Amino acid sequence: MNVNQHTPMASPYGQPQPGYSQPGYVPLDGGYPGPYAPYNGPASPYQPGAPPQGISGPARGPPTTGPLPVSAPHQYNQYSHSQGDMQNGPPPMTQAQPRPPVSQPYNPGAMNMSGPHPTYPQHYGPPPTMQQVSNQMSGMQITSGPPTPAGPGYAPPHSSQPPVSTAYSAPPPPSYTQAPPPVSSAPTQPPPPSGPAASQQYYGSPPPPSQQPFNSSLPPTSQQQFTSSSVPPPPSQQTLPPSSYSGPAPPPGQAPAPPVSQPQQSFPPSQPPPTSQPAFTPGPPPTAPGSFTPQAPPPSSQSGSFPPPGPPPTSAPSCQYPGPLPPQQQPPPSQPFPYHSGPPPPRAQMPPTSMAQSNHLPPGPQGPPGPPGPLQQPPSQPGMQTGYPPQQNGAFGQVRGPQPGYAGPYPGQPNYGAPAPAPAPAPPAQKRLDPDAIPSPQASDMPAVQKSRHRIDPDAIPSPIQVIEDDKAKSTEPFTTGVRGQAPPLVTTNFQVKDQGNASPRFVRCTAYNMPCTADMAKQSQVPLAAVVKPLAMLPPDETPPYLVDHGEGGPIRCNRCKAYMCPYMQFIEGGRRFQCGFCSCVTEVPPHYFQHLDHTGKRVDCYDRPELSLGSYEFLATVDYCKNNKLPQPPAFIFLIDVSYNAVKSGMVNIVCQELKTLLDYLPRENPEMDSAVRVGFVTYNKVLHFYNVKSSLAQPQMLVVSDVSDMFVPLLDGFLVNVNESRLVIESLLDQIPEMFADTRETETVFGPVIQAGLEALKAADCAGKLFVFHTSLPIAEAPGKLKNREDKKLIGTDKEKSLFQPQVGFYNTLAKECVAQGCCVDLFLFPNQYVDVATLGVVPVSTGGSVYKYTYFQAQLDQERFLNDLRRDVQKLVGFDAVMRVRTSTGIRATDFFGSFFMSNTTDVELAGLDCDKAITVEFKHDDKLSEETGALMQCAVLYTSCSGQRRLRIHNMAVNCCSQLADLYRNCETDTIINFFSKYAFRGVLNNPTKAVRDTLVNQCAQILACYRKNCASPSSAGQLILPECMKLLPVYLNCVLKSDVLLPGADVSLDDRAYLRQLISCMDVTETHVFFYPRLLPLMKLESGSLPVAVRDSEERLSKGGVYLLETGLHLFLWVGASVQQELLLNIFGTPSFGQIDSSMTSLPVLDNPFSQRLREIIDSFRAQRSRYMKLMVVKQEDRAELIFRHFLVEDKSASGGASYVDFLCHMHKEIRQLLS
Amino acid sequence: MATFPEYIAQNEERDGVRFSWNVWPSSRLEATRMVVPVAALFTPLRERTDLPPIQYEPVLCSRATCRAVLNPLCQVDYRAKLWACNFCYQRNQFPPSYAGISEVNQPAELLPQFSTIEYVVQRGPQMPLVFLYVVDTCMEDEDLQALKESLQMSLSLLPPTALVGLITFGRMVQVHELGCEGISKSYVFRGTKDLNAKQLQEMLGLTKPAAAQGRGPQAAPQPLSNRFLQPVQKIDMNLTDLLGELQRDPWPVTQGKRPLRSLGVAMSIAVGLLECTFPNTGARIMTFIGGPATQGPGMVVGDELKTPIRSWHDIEKDNAKFMKKATKHYESLAIRASTNGHIIDIYACALDQTGLLEMKCCSNHTGGYMVMADSFNTSLFKQTFQRVFTKDVQGSFKMAFAATLEVKTSREIKVSGAIGPCVSLSAKGPCVSENEIGTGGTCQWKICGLDPATTLALYFEVVNQHNAPIPQGGRGAIQFVTQYQHSSGQRRIRVTTTARNWADAQTQIQSIAASFDQEAAAILMARLAVYRAETEEGPDVLRWLDRQLPQRRSKLLQLCHLTHYESSYYRHQFNRQDLTQALIMIQPVLYAYSFNGPPEPVLLDSSSILPDRILLMDTFFQILIYHGETVAQWRKAGYQDMAEYENFRHLLQAPVDDAQELLHTRFPMPRYIDTEHGGSQARFLLSKVNPSQTHNNMYAWGQESGAPILTDDVSLQVFMDHLKKLAVSSAA
Repeated sequence: MNVNQHTPMASPYGQPQPGYSQPGYVPLDGGYPGPYAPYNGPASPYQPGAPPQGISGPARGPPTTGPLPVSAPHQYNQYSHSQGDMQNGPPPMTQAQPRPPVSQPYNPGAMNMSGPHPTYPQHYGPPPTMQQVSNQMSGMQITSGPPTPAGPGYAPPHSSQPPVSTAYSAPPPPSYTQAPPPVSSAPTQPPPPSGPAASQQYYGSPPPPSQQPFNSSLPPTSQQQFTSSSVPPPPSQQTLPPSSYSGPAPPPGQAPAPPVSQPQQSFPPSQPPPTSQPAFTPGPPPTAPGSFTPQAPPPSSQSGSFPPPGPPPTSAPSCQYPGPLPPQQQPPPSQPFPYHSGPPPPRAQMPPTSMAQSNHLPPGPQGPPGPPGPLQQPPSQPGMQTGYPPQQNGAFGQVRGPQPGYAGPYPGQPNYGAPAPAPAPAPPAQKRLDPDAIPSPQASDMPAVQKSRHRIDPDAIPSPIQVIEDDKAKSTEPFTTGVRGQAPPLVTTNFQVKDQGNASPRFVRCTAYNMPCTADMAKQSQVPLAAVVKPLAMLPPDETPPYLVDHGEGGPIRCNRCKAYMCPYMQFIEGGRRFQCGFCSCVTEVPPHYFQHLDHTGKRVDCYDRPELSLGSYEFLATVDYCKNNKLPQPPAFIFLIDVSYNAVKSGMVNIVCQELKTLLDYLPRENPEMDSAVRVGFVTYNKVLHFYNVKSSLAQPQMLVVSDVSDMFVPLLDGFLVNVNESRLVIESLLDQIPEMFADTRETETVFGPVIQAGLEALKAADCAGKLFVFHTSLPIAEAPGKLKNREDKKLIGTDKEKSLFQPQVGFYNTLAKECVAQGCCVDLFLFPNQYVDVATLGVVPVSTGGSVYKYTYFQAQLDQERFLNDLRRDVQKLVGFDAVMRVRTSTGIRATDFFGSFFMSNTTDVELAGLDCDKAITVEFKHDDKLSEETGALMQCAVLYTSCSGQRRLRIHNMAVNCCSQLADLYRNCETDTIINFFSKYAFRGVLNNPTKAVRDTLVNQCAQILACYRKNCASPSSAGQLILPECMKLLPVYLNCVLKSDVLLPGADVSLDDRAYLRQLISCMDVTETHVFFYPRLLPLMKLESGSLPVAVRDSEERLSKGGVYLLETGLHLFLWVGASVQQELLLNIFGTPSFGQIDSSMTSLPVLDNPFSQRLREIIDSFRAQRSRYMKLMVVKQEDRAELIFRHFLVEDKSASGGASYVDFLCHMHKEIRQLLS
Repeated sequence: MATFPEYIAQNEERDGVRFSWNVWPSSRLEATRMVVPVAALFTPLRERTDLPPIQYEPVLCSRATCRAVLNPLCQVDYRAKLWACNFCYQRNQFPPSYAGISEVNQPAELLPQFSTIEYVVQRGPQMPLVFLYVVDTCMEDEDLQALKESLQMSLSLLPPTALVGLITFGRMVQVHELGCEGISKSYVFRGTKDLNAKQLQEMLGLTKPAAAQGRGPQAAPQPLSNRFLQPVQKIDMNLTDLLGELQRDPWPVTQGKRPLRSLGVAMSIAVGLLECTFPNTGARIMTFIGGPATQGPGMVVGDELKTPIRSWHDIEKDNAKFMKKATKHYESLAIRASTNGHIIDIYACALDQTGLLEMKCCSNHTGGYMVMADSFNTSLFKQTFQRVFTKDVQGSFKMAFAATLEVKTSREIKVSGAIGPCVSLSAKGPCVSENEIGTGGTCQWKICGLDPATTLALYFEVVNQHNAPIPQGGRGAIQFVTQYQHSSGQRRIRVTTTARNWADAQTQIQSIAASFDQEAAAILMARLAVYRAETEEGPDVLRWLDRQLPQRRSKLLQLCHLTHYESSYYRHQFNRQDLTQALIMIQPVLYAYSFNGPPEPVLLDSSSILPDRILLMDTFFQILIYHGETVAQWRKAGYQDMAEYENFRHLLQAPVDDAQELLHTRFPMPRYIDTEHGGSQARFLLSKVNPSQTHNNMYAWGQESGAPILTDDVSLQVFMDHLKKLAVSSAA
């Protein structure tokens, strides 16, 4: 519902303009009623169950959080199925009594949203905005008062997340149905399917009834619209607008305003307006202010937009422009037009995201898709409710009082979003509102439980799920990289990439695709300028891997001065005899053999025949000049170093490794599948001495060479240590058979570690090749040897200034060793099987510095962990990997790569040295200005990685990336990517803990984010009350994700998190790409109640509230995979999944699901397999039964909730952020 | 009374002792005037097939500072069951087991014919013999193959209970674990880092307790073996395979380099391994080297081929930069090994030098063998090596281990020192002279390895003052007590007690002079000279010897013509061989074969080289057959194959047969050379003969028979003339 409202908001924005022509509103009103009516229809259906509740209820439910989970689901359920159960009960439970009265009224309101709204909105509509705003404001400020109101108000909407969908379906439907439907149907229809589906999914099964109605009647259309075009806008608006709307809601009390509010409501329907919004987006912000004042008008504008409802069809179709215009017709006068004119085009595509968001309306366009919905909805609801609520709660009332005052300002704000006037409130609400709605105050001030209930409705705050789904829906076309400054689809979206001159987002993702032109701007915005580069990323089968280009004996053609490699940014001049470097502008002669004529456009005629002239990513064959010692490299070698101490043998590790290697060695990486791998292998076992093996093919039996002088490591043999697998197969097999036997009775418990790596390193040195060490290690190396460690795990240090020392290596030995390894191209992969503290922080130094990986299997048990370990090992051995690599990032004048994050070593400030670089490793590069950038040329970067392939070929992989430069901050905010920013922040923070107290790191993060958002608020958003939280569309998830980073085990460890785990995660994150960090920080949580063969169920948000006791959920983080089973799950589900009818009989120690012959089981296992296939590390499945002890672990990943270790819940954190922002602004 | 020569021979036969003087001057003053000191060549284990082993332990003098063994020279009071020590005059009670003793029932040790007697100690465990092979792998495949075969062969010669071990080295040093099934294991050590025994023990996992990480059932039941040293019978096959699989050191040797050979560390590890597993137990470390140590402690030359190994001149100029350090390294090893009773043998087979100069102490101090050959693929090495394992009639090896020799003297005489394959045990006692000759300052020496031929030179000092005359008929007594580990594993004690008459030099100079044993004295003085040559400057020694002795200098001092390692080698042999062999070394023997009569010894003189003669020269190290010019021509013409010239065939065959006989009895195997007039190998002969004819005087001698020798050495005639002149002038 909320969504709908929100979405409307969007339209409202559009409307606001129209707002000028208040008349518009009227019509809108008229229009609204219509929509509402339909809603009522649906509403009524709900009502029977808990209609109002459904809407409001859900909202409340969420707020009540405690029980919420249940409630939330309930709500959904209600819609769908078992609403009655807990949901209704619980949420209300707590609140029930108090609220009932209030809530009810609200509910109605809320409900109204869908149904009743009509009435309220119409009347109160406008006022609400004011009030809401004020409320919000107050809420934000006052916390106590507003919170509740907001809470309740928002809550419903939020709760509706699921509602969202439902909400969308429901609320929008009404409005949409009225107008949009037609439009939507036409334009959006395609989406509708998805939309509806999505909505349904959200709701889970429950929605069907309710939703269906909606869908069928209105929702579908509306949703469709949203999903497709309009939907996007909502998001932007959603956040704030809704709130604003909600704000307005109170006004409803004030009859006059109401209309406005209504308009809002209508907006939802008008969401189509989003189209109009798009128009707004461009100009919106600026115009907005002016327009805002007209607040009143906004409504009108809204109405105007609403008109679309009437014309919606038009709007819808026009969604983009035409649509809006028409609707705007009325509103147009004011802002709409301007927006349209300017923004429209952009909006259509991008606008929604950036400007739109910022602008109330724009957001509409953008946000409209998902977020707007929720946002709007909540707002609207809030508004609605608030209007009521205020009354309900005395406090609120008071709040409202102040709010009114605020309202004034707010209205102004709303203005920002063109729709400012009426929408203004809404718009602000949308972005701001959300936050507002969230009124941090509430959270913070929340008087305990009840208040908490009253708190912001989680559904009213930006939902990651919504954003993800919206992006999915939006990205149906292949993404072409030719357009500079264009942000790619989110990492959660499946899309195809067409390389048209810039590197695929699979290789390079940027935080900002519009870089500020000046350092001042960059500094002001605080938005990190960074790129996450994954140079050897694997591409899906339908995309072509980079072509290999051979420029002959002279090597790749390069710029004479800056040495940039030939790329599409080189401009050929003088008929093709020279080219000008796009990076440094230096002119270089074209070597005769490379000469080619230019066509009339100045392009070489062979431009499209040469990958280096037309593509973003490609490879060069390097010449001997690019090789160490000017000698072509030898093929690399893999050396397996296996701990055979007591623990290793006892745990079964030794046996498993040896058995596995027998087959795994046939899958060594190779470039030509027809050929044998060129990689040679060697074997070492060790405890406190090392055993090398001679496996020369001519031997009948392997020979063991023991080196017990570990103080000064050397390799005892040359010939026969590194061998070709095929030639020495028999000897190797014999060896692998005998190793477990030989050490079966070992009593040696001590191990060494430093010498082990030294041994591998020396072996590679002796063989004069690069390579990789696979070290299988179990314990803290306490035996007398270089690199000996002592147990220093001291939990008392946690939280002190000395905590950082726990992340630092305890001896300098490994740093030195790492350096030597890098010099030789010796990459180290470490598999740990610890039963206690092993000091990952120290042991990981070499792997991390050499581009290797650390895998950790704590308390390894062969039976339980074998599968995970073996799959990791297999992948690690087989995966594409380059050796002895050097990466250099060149940039065009004006910016410079200044910092690098990842697993590598740097001996100077520019060259990233990677002893090994595999397809899973990403490097985050930070850029800083060193001059002004120009908007015409944009900013170019070229990432060149020189490496030795697994066949021993020396190559250069080139990734080019061009981004736009902007002189307006708004452009920056409109074209950035939160997931990438989070990737950067997490790496930045995780490195920071090495040298700073953890708390300081956390504060820095919060502070920087607050600055980013405050800057936006100050410079890009329309002026509004400080009480409003306004988030840029592209960054509306920044708070929730940032909170996840802050709550991570590294930055905020729980009592049960070992120091090793933290060090491990810290190192692990440092080389993750955006996809991985995203799912790591915001796990994917899928409800499994219904599975379809073609698609995945729509995820739900990571909160306990979203879990239904009767459901089964799958949660994946990229490292963990949980199957959560509700306590009252249906027998049928159990039978389908586990083959047992009883919850009690589920064996929670199982690591794989039984293979059952039913479609559900098959599909579920398929899903699990596909998840595993997507991740670079195998995820062991953990079955978690509700209320089981293991659930604690599981809950840890419900990142929107308050964490056991003290991490704030999403809502609380958002409030906190808001406070921070306000402080900055004031 | 027999003549002195007979007496001497009899004594040598019975006791293995030859004194320079068989009647001793009775005062210190007189003794010093005699130039040649009272000294003895003693062969402790001289083969005595007639000697019955005594199955009980010797009876010792109860005086703590004496502890002499009851012997036939002691005065015995059969009734009181007392005996008086003939060294300290302490009266001792016979032990209870001698209760039945009487004039007619004397224990063997009191019988005069048992002046040398051997006791078998019954106490203590039977120690196994330990053989540790230390094998260089930096050599040509051919050589290595031959060596491997020799080693494999040797396994069959070892008693089944003997423990064997294998260490191989090249760039690295590998200690092989024996008896592994499936995977063969070895512990590898860097060739550049020395380790002490304790480190080694830890690294090999030989710490006593449970540390034995390897499984290996043998660890527990048989404490006397370990993973590296195991009974032949058990790992015979395994070791044979292991040896068979030995590969040439795989590390690449680039052009212009020597292979890196970690000899020093390998030996150190071998010594350390035995040190921590079998201290004070007989053990042989048999080192086979194919070249000089080129890295790590003990290296004698760098791996750059362009830098040649140090020459005599470098050493003289103190320009051999590795020598001192290397020598020190090997000396410390020798000390460690000898302290624990372990023998170090060195079999150096290479065309170039192998650094024996630096390593000599290892063999010299431990009684180990030093064998030199051009290649392991020569019969010289193969047969010599085989002969190491020669067995006596009882089937025991002719080698003994971990021996200590103690000398006890009567009051008038003290022991100054010993020269031979021994080290001092620093046992002070009343019979130790302050005046050191050779290894002195002690009355006990350790001889880690000895065989029936091993002969020590012992020097004594008469300390009786001139004014304290010894009663007429008094005899000075010397007792040699040799405790050793027999190759059967038994501990045995051989006691030799000798006595010589005292004589007043002023009154009985004749008898003293008559008792002079010229041969023994020559050898004793030569040993002394060699000893001094080793410790002092060469030319000085020559002069000293010239002054001391009216005797031909042997090649032992002629350093200039020999490379160092060779001289080390020669001296090594000289210092341990018995008198006869030593004499041969000093003065090679030359036989002439011709149609003119039966073979006859001829002067080692160039004049002996005649065209129609075949010469057979035995220099101990070489057996050389030289065909005179005419004979050579005949041979070339093939006369020997013609029936009518059968006599010529016989003539040709005669020296060969004789040579074979020599070859078979000699250890180490001499180099066998068959050459002829003008042959390149003839130089060996020409370098030995007395240059009566040289290019300087050959025209004076006219075109006579004989062959001129190109040398700057003075001829014997000239030398003799000079000596005479000197004698006259000094007398004046």
